[in-house]
Amino acid sequence: MKPTDEPDRTVPDGGSVTEEIDAPFETVSEGTMSRGERYQMTLQEWVVAPVQIIWSDWRARVGSFIILLYVLMGTVGVWLVEPSRTAEGPRLLAPFQNWAFPLGTDTQGNDLFAQIVHATPPMLEMIVAGAVFATVMATLVGTFSGYKGGSADRLLMTVTDILMTVPGLPLTIVLAVILQPRSPWVVGIILTVNAWAGLARAIRSQVLTYREEDFVEASRLMGISTSTILLKDILPGLMPYILVNFVNSARTVIFSSVGLYFLGILPFSQANWGVMMNFAYNSGGALYTLSAIHWLLAPMITIVILSFGLILFSQGTDRLFNPQVRARHTSSPEAENEEEDLNVESDANIRISQ
Amino acid sequence: MIDNYYVERTAQAVFTVFAVASLSFGLIRLMPGGPIDFIRAQMIQEQGTDVDMQRINSMVESYTNVRPSDPLYVQYVDYMTELLQGNMGVSMWYNEPVSEILAEALPWTVFVMAISLALTFAIGITLGAVMAYIEGSRFDVSTTLVSTFLNSIPYYVMAVLLVYLLGYQLSWFPTGGRFASDVTIGMNIEFLANAFHHAFLPIVSVVVTGFGIQALAMRGNSIRVLGEDYIRVARLRGLPPHDIALRYVGRNAILPMYTGMMISIGFLFGGSVILEEIFTYPGIGYYMFRGIESRDYPLMMGAFLLITVAVVIGIYIADLTYGKIDPRAGTGSGDREAY
Repeated sequence: MKPTDEPDRTVPDGGSVTEEIDAPFETVSEGTMSRGERYQMTLQEWVVAPVQIIWSDWRARVGSFIILLYVLMGTVGVWLVEPSRTAEGPRLLAPFQNWAFPLGTDTQGNDLFAQIVHATPPMLEMIVAGAVFATVMATLVGTFSGYKGGSADRLLMTVTDILMTVPGLPLTIVLAVILQPRSPWVVGIILTVNAWAGLARAIRSQVLTYREEDFVEASRLMGISTSTILLKDILPGLMPYILVNFVNSARTVIFSSVGLYFLGILPFSQANWGVMMNFAYNSGGALYTLSAIHWLLAPMITIVILSFGLILFSQGTDRLFNPQVRARHTSSPEAENEEEDLNVESDANIRISQ
Repeated sequence: MIDNYYVERTAQAVFTVFAVASLSFGLIRLMPGGPIDFIRAQMIQEQGTDVDMQRINSMVESYTNVRPSDPLYVQYVDYMTELLQGNMGVSMWYNEPVSEILAEALPWTVFVMAISLALTFAIGITLGAVMAYIEGSRFDVSTTLVSTFLNSIPYYVMAVLLVYLLGYQLSWFPTGGRFASDVTIGMNIEFLANAFHHAFLPIVSVVVTGFGIQALAMRGNSIRVLGEDYIRVARLRGLPPHDIALRYVGRNAILPMYTGMMISIGFLFGGSVILEEIFTYPGIGYYMFRGIESRDYPLMMGAFLLITVAVVIGIYIADLTYGKIDPRAGTGSGDREAY
């Protein structure tokens, strides 16, 4: 958070001047902050305020709820639900008939619900790996390139532009075919192998506007090193932007990974949402009869709900962009925050969400 | 400066294709388990262990344009020269030149994707503008929600649902192919109608899941523009409302959509691999998938290259026309060395 966002704040950072003193350079701060107070302020600024802003928007609320549900399914759910076994139930049981098999069974008598639950942990690992990789790459390249400028910038941006132009899915497919990745972490990274390029460009243009700010100039004059300026002055302002794009990369990973498992391009050893769709589509004869439609629909709905939750969450957290909302929340948590221009989606959300 | 911009843009497009071609050479040649090992293993399997090394090499060469006995840089130059002449090797599965298979398939992919792209943006822009004008109304709120929801459905999920319901269950639409075998090929109404009938479901599945994000983008842009001072000035000057709507709001709100369109071009062509497989629509993505399925590396890499080239050209054209529409384009700032 940049200091200029809080003009009316009088927490002594050496800046507040009492009226009576004529020579402003001889002022000292009016009070001091204890370490505890500083921690509390940081906590307020970085944890409490964002959570409050997110919570005040229904889209972010629903989105967080859905995401939490999937995280629980992938962590606790795996302990609670027994893994599915072949022929544990009748074949092609319709959903909501027998509560031992809530979503019904496939042609092998496997419980669909258990399959979906047990496919969640690898999926989450994939999402985390892909989203972290894309976000970290984009942030590193974007901030460095934008702040440094000159020939380093031109070189990095040429590479970025090329990566942006190469269509992601075919490139991913070629790499997946050749490398045959099995670890979810590796799959996640392959899926976002060029997804970071667009975000890096967006972050770079944000950095370009930030680097001209007074407080960055001041840090530079004080002789603070480039890495510290990037880390302490520039990155905090970009955090909301990065968060929204983290969520969007997560969605990219889900879309492409399920798509590639569905096509059978990625090797698999256990059931998975995409693999379930593949089996239902290809081997179950689900296409010709209505009695197997639930086998196809169950993984589909699972994906759509998660992706819907992620979109809602990123739309809701877009509000973190608005410095006024943030400032109000940091100073007085009860402040009302119905803002007209919050309806405007920020560019970040639209750029990368495909 | 404008000339400089075009030169730079052209150089970048050419260099991108060059980089991807080099990458595909690297993948073909250097990766373990690549086509060369594959052909070798296949021949050993067919003829026992005492196969003629020279025969393997000549096989590899005729299929992949890479002569394994040459030094690496010679292989590279040969490969690139052959590519420049349009030679992408021979498909191991179809036993036909890859370039012939793909040249025949490419127009169909372009046909489907161009219509999808046009429809996605036509619907998205219109809907977004309407939503922005009656912002906060019940129509706006419900359309926003529906757009968001449709956008969270992967296009291939929509494709599978459509082919299942309208193709297999109701038989309203064909479940594969480009056109029926009994129509005469040519520019007659019957053939065109038939081609559209076959392309309908792929187009719908892309458009339905894709227009939402564009509508939301357009809505956001329009709301932002509507709040600008120059709109108020235009109103105060007494300009006719439709002039304001089209020339002032419309133009300024649509310009940023260009970026989205360029991303969509790559997204659509890339997505053709999944889409055309579901609809068994023999376009370029379909052949790429066939190449993967049968471990036909020349076909796979050829399709990959051609998809990339198609996307590069599409984005290149979009970029150049953008320079024509927006006079500000090409005067990028922040280029100077700093700190």
